[in-house]
Amino acid sequence: MNLDDLTRTSGEWLRGTGPESDIVMCSRIRLARNLNDFPFINRASRLERTEIESVVKSSLPHLDDDLRFLDVNNLSKLDCLFLKERQLISGELANADGPRGVAFSPHENVSIMVNEEDHLRIQVMLSGLSLQEVWERINRLDDQLEERMAYAFSSTLGYLTACPTNVGTGIRVGVMLHLPALVQTKQIDKVFRALQKINLAVRGLYGEGTQAFGDFYQISNQQTLGKSEQELIRNISEVVPQIIEYERKARQQLVSEKRQHLHDQVSRAYGVLKTAHTISSEETMHLLSSVRMGINLGLIDDLAIPTVNELFIHTQPAHLQKIQGSPLVVDERNVARASYLRSRLSNGRAPAEE
Amino acid sequence: MKCQRCPKPATFHITDIERGKPKEFHFCDEHARQHLSPSSEAGDKADISSLAEKLSQGGLEKARETSAADKQVCPCCQMSFQEFRNTGRLGCPYDYEVFRDELMPLLENIHEETRHTGKFPRRAPRDPVRQTELIQLRNEQKRAIAAEDYEMAARIRDKIKAIEFDQGR
Ligand SMILES: [Zn+2]
Ligand SMILES: [Zn+2]
Repeated sequence: MNLDDLTRTSGEWLRGTGPESDIVMCSRIRLARNLNDFPFINRASRLERTEIESVVKSSLPHLDDDLRFLDVNNLSKLDCLFLKERQLISGELANADGPRGVAFSPHENVSIMVNEEDHLRIQVMLSGLSLQEVWERINRLDDQLEERMAYAFSSTLGYLTACPTNVGTGIRVGVMLHLPALVQTKQIDKVFRALQKINLAVRGLYGEGTQAFGDFYQISNQQTLGKSEQELIRNISEVVPQIIEYERKARQQLVSEKRQHLHDQVSRAYGVLKTAHTISSEETMHLLSSVRMGINLGLIDDLAIPTVNELFIHTQPAHLQKIQGSPLVVDERNVARASYLRSRLSNGRAPAEE
Repeated sequence: MKCQRCPKPATFHITDIERGKPKEFHFCDEHARQHLSPSSEAGDKADISSLAEKLSQGGLEKARETSAADKQVCPCCQMSFQEFRNTGRLGCPYDYEVFRDELMPLLENIHEETRHTGKFPRRAPRDPVRQTELIQLRNEQKRAIAAEDYEMAARIRDKIKAIEFDQGR
């Protein structure tokens, strides 16, 4: 598999279709699974990890999903970061060492990390709010894997995981939301508070510290034991429409109370992205967020949502360096990022001719 | 009322449930935001810190009186309960049996429940004794190799092969 080819595409989950996709970027579910006959990862020797890897690899041809295995142990740091930016692997898998890998589908909807915190971390992502469909797909994949390997399972505790926070169903149900208006109207804290009360986790998707760059938040369950997968999915499915409703109201509030201000902010954001000659990742995310909301409110009509979604990923450090084909330090990246943005946003004109 | 962390007036009154008991916080806007803000990593990192917290809250008090629990070691993977408390990671599936008494209160603390009600694999779970046989054999094999007892290692390898064959692998 040539990773360079991936720089010209992006995961199907970014295509911006599916229910509520103006606010819901994607729905994803991951399942943590371990093989019964091996110790958990922190106690597994290199040999055992290699064996785990080969058990998973040998199951791949028997799955309905067309998954190709990538040996992460032999990848450069840059390629690891590149896969992480695409949400195909976690930071933990990227930074670990020893035999480990990821199998994923050409559309990047389905991935199986091997030898992360658990032997298998199975993930399915789809664009928009579509948890039921995601569950059906991942459940089928899990069944097919299980035909080929014996999972560590207890009839009382369910699927046994390296960390007790995942035991039981091993499920993490997540919905990635774009909430710029709730952030701008300073109502986001209220939402966090309400979600924490019902034991759901909220995390900023990008950025460091408390700031969530690009206004993307993932809402997910914390409990994994004692409720069925369907119940846990239902909990999230019932909450998300309320948050969508709040975000829509906040957007309407911005439109009706501060229309000119909003239009100005969106147009300036678009203008800077189209013309800047050096720009940081943080500023890019911030401006893309305004532009994304602007498109959804009809304030920008010559740019498509999938393009903006893709730019959130393609302007990150590893992607820029892969696209450029050479390692870049921060200053060089900021220049390359601005140049890439100009070429992608040049309204049908040929890509930047410089 | 003043904010708990600075002299500004408290505008947020937050009730968190900690260990089943409500705990009240009074914060200004800024400190409320800090208190409620999600952590940055999209992965499961937050769970680990909250787990560590739970381990030190619920687990420690109990462990102080029964440091014997700490010294318990899984016969399969040699993980001690103390090591688990330090790392938050178990060593093998059998640990859930070995450390059952210590883990159950922790599971209840994390999940508020202790019994799985979700999906069952289509294949019936194997006999629990056989479940750990392979892990133990592999450990014995490792020790035999370390001791350069290759004859023993070969014999164990054959046993492992036989079990794997039985299981249709
Ligand atoms: Zn304060
Ligand atoms: Zn063990």
